[in-house]
Amino acid sequence: MIGWKHGDLLELSDLSKEDIERVIETAKAFKEVSMRDIKKVPALRGKTVVMLFSEPSTRTRISFELAAKRLSADTLNVTVSASSLQKGETLLDMAKNIEAMNVDMIIVRHKSAGVPQILARELKPGVINAGDGCRSHPTQALLDLFTIQERLGRIDGLKVGIIGDVLHSRVARSNIYGLIKMGAKVTLCGPSTLIPPEIERQGVDVTYKLNEVVADADVLMCLRLQKERQEEKYLPSIREYVNAFGLTKEKLKQAKPDVLIMHPGPVNRGIELSAELADGVNSVILEQVTNGVAVRMAILYLLFGKKEKAS
Amino acid sequence: MTNSSKMMDQETVRRALMRLAHEILEKNKGIEEICLVGIRTGGAVLAKRLQQCIKDIEGVEVPLGILDITLYRDDLTTAHTQPILRETLIPFDLTGQKVILVDDVLFTGRTIRAALDALIDFGRPANIQLAVLIDRGHRELPIRADYVGKNIPTSIDDDVCVILKEANHNEDEVIVKKRGAQ
Repeated sequence: MIGWKHGDLLELSDLSKEDIERVIETAKAFKEVSMRDIKKVPALRGKTVVMLFSEPSTRTRISFELAAKRLSADTLNVTVSASSLQKGETLLDMAKNIEAMNVDMIIVRHKSAGVPQILARELKPGVINAGDGCRSHPTQALLDLFTIQERLGRIDGLKVGIIGDVLHSRVARSNIYGLIKMGAKVTLCGPSTLIPPEIERQGVDVTYKLNEVVADADVLMCLRLQKERQEEKYLPSIREYVNAFGLTKEKLKQAKPDVLIMHPGPVNRGIELSAELADGVNSVILEQVTNGVAVRMAILYLLFGKKEKAS
Repeated sequence: MTNSSKMMDQETVRRALMRLAHEILEKNKGIEEICLVGIRTGGAVLAKRLQQCIKDIEGVEVPLGILDITLYRDDLTTAHTQPILRETLIPFDLTGQKVILVDDVLFTGRTIRAALDALIDFGRPANIQLAVLIDRGHRELPIRADYVGKNIPTSIDDDVCVILKEANHNEDEVIVKKRGAQ
């Protein structure tokens, strides 16, 4: 197997197919660590990981924090609402001050696309993108790929439907890249206002009819309807969205019986999918969360293994 | 002097493992509460063979685990290439067990140090004993083996290669060669 050459994880498209396979393989070993009685290994002892989150997050932040702690790294959280950014300091200045305290890795989430790239360019510590605007959420896509691979034994040749608000979804953008790279066939489905124009150029199919994507999919990925990004009128009403694109037991009747239902969380119960399905046998939503810790451990481990960052 | 010499073959490896199995049983007065844990990758293969040897003698299969010590290494961030991480599979509780840790070559002792740390994260064994096929000397830590297949005096810049059939070779071999030699 070839070596790992990345010191940052900014976008999934920075990774090759071999890199993604390496992450999945490594995460498999880390999943076992989280099942132990003592869930800690000394691999990153003495390293410091800073989490800089300027958007609300439960899952991703806790997942990264647990991943770093289970590798014996020290972690600290910068809560942006209680930081010197409120006094007018720029994000870059704040990050440089954190760097001056000799930290080793910065995990960043920001509402503006491209912030992780700027930090990676300006700072010496490694940078992990934990979600930037509508652009990219690489670790979410990696944990989704890991979950599919673990459940179905392969990704190559699978039919994956991504349903909902693709326009605002960084999860969808990263997953589209990753799924296609690994050989899956991707179909997007949603209201035409929430499907980015010319997205077919990336090698995906688009349909505006839910039954067309449900019928032959091996995996159905529901996206959260981002109500906080709905100020402009993308939808006539939530109810109309639910009728057309909300997944219910009834609409799932024509699907393959063992279809995987995934959701990056947090779920709007009764909107993207019914509560019955979210808790049902086809749902792997909580498994995605479990796998998220293993995948983020793998990413931290691999990034730290690359000693010097390319300048 | 040639650059490479064969120290063991199929038959001598087999006899050495059989003797180790007898020694383990003799010292522990049977198989009560014994389990084997092999260090990936060579040690895991040898542990599996020892399990079969013990079964041939006593008719009982003792529990077998596989340990990956990568995460416990002391050179993780200084090593040139990052080792590929594999799963650790210890499907039983180590607490109260007599753990026979198995590796192919005992050299500096650093691998064993890492393995001891890893094992202790899995429980509190009654004791841990060390079985190795080859002891080549040059210890850097106060560690010794309880069971040794063969002592081979080496120079610090020799490489000791344990070639096992399970890794797609025609037959078992132990070869000592000068570092860098073919």
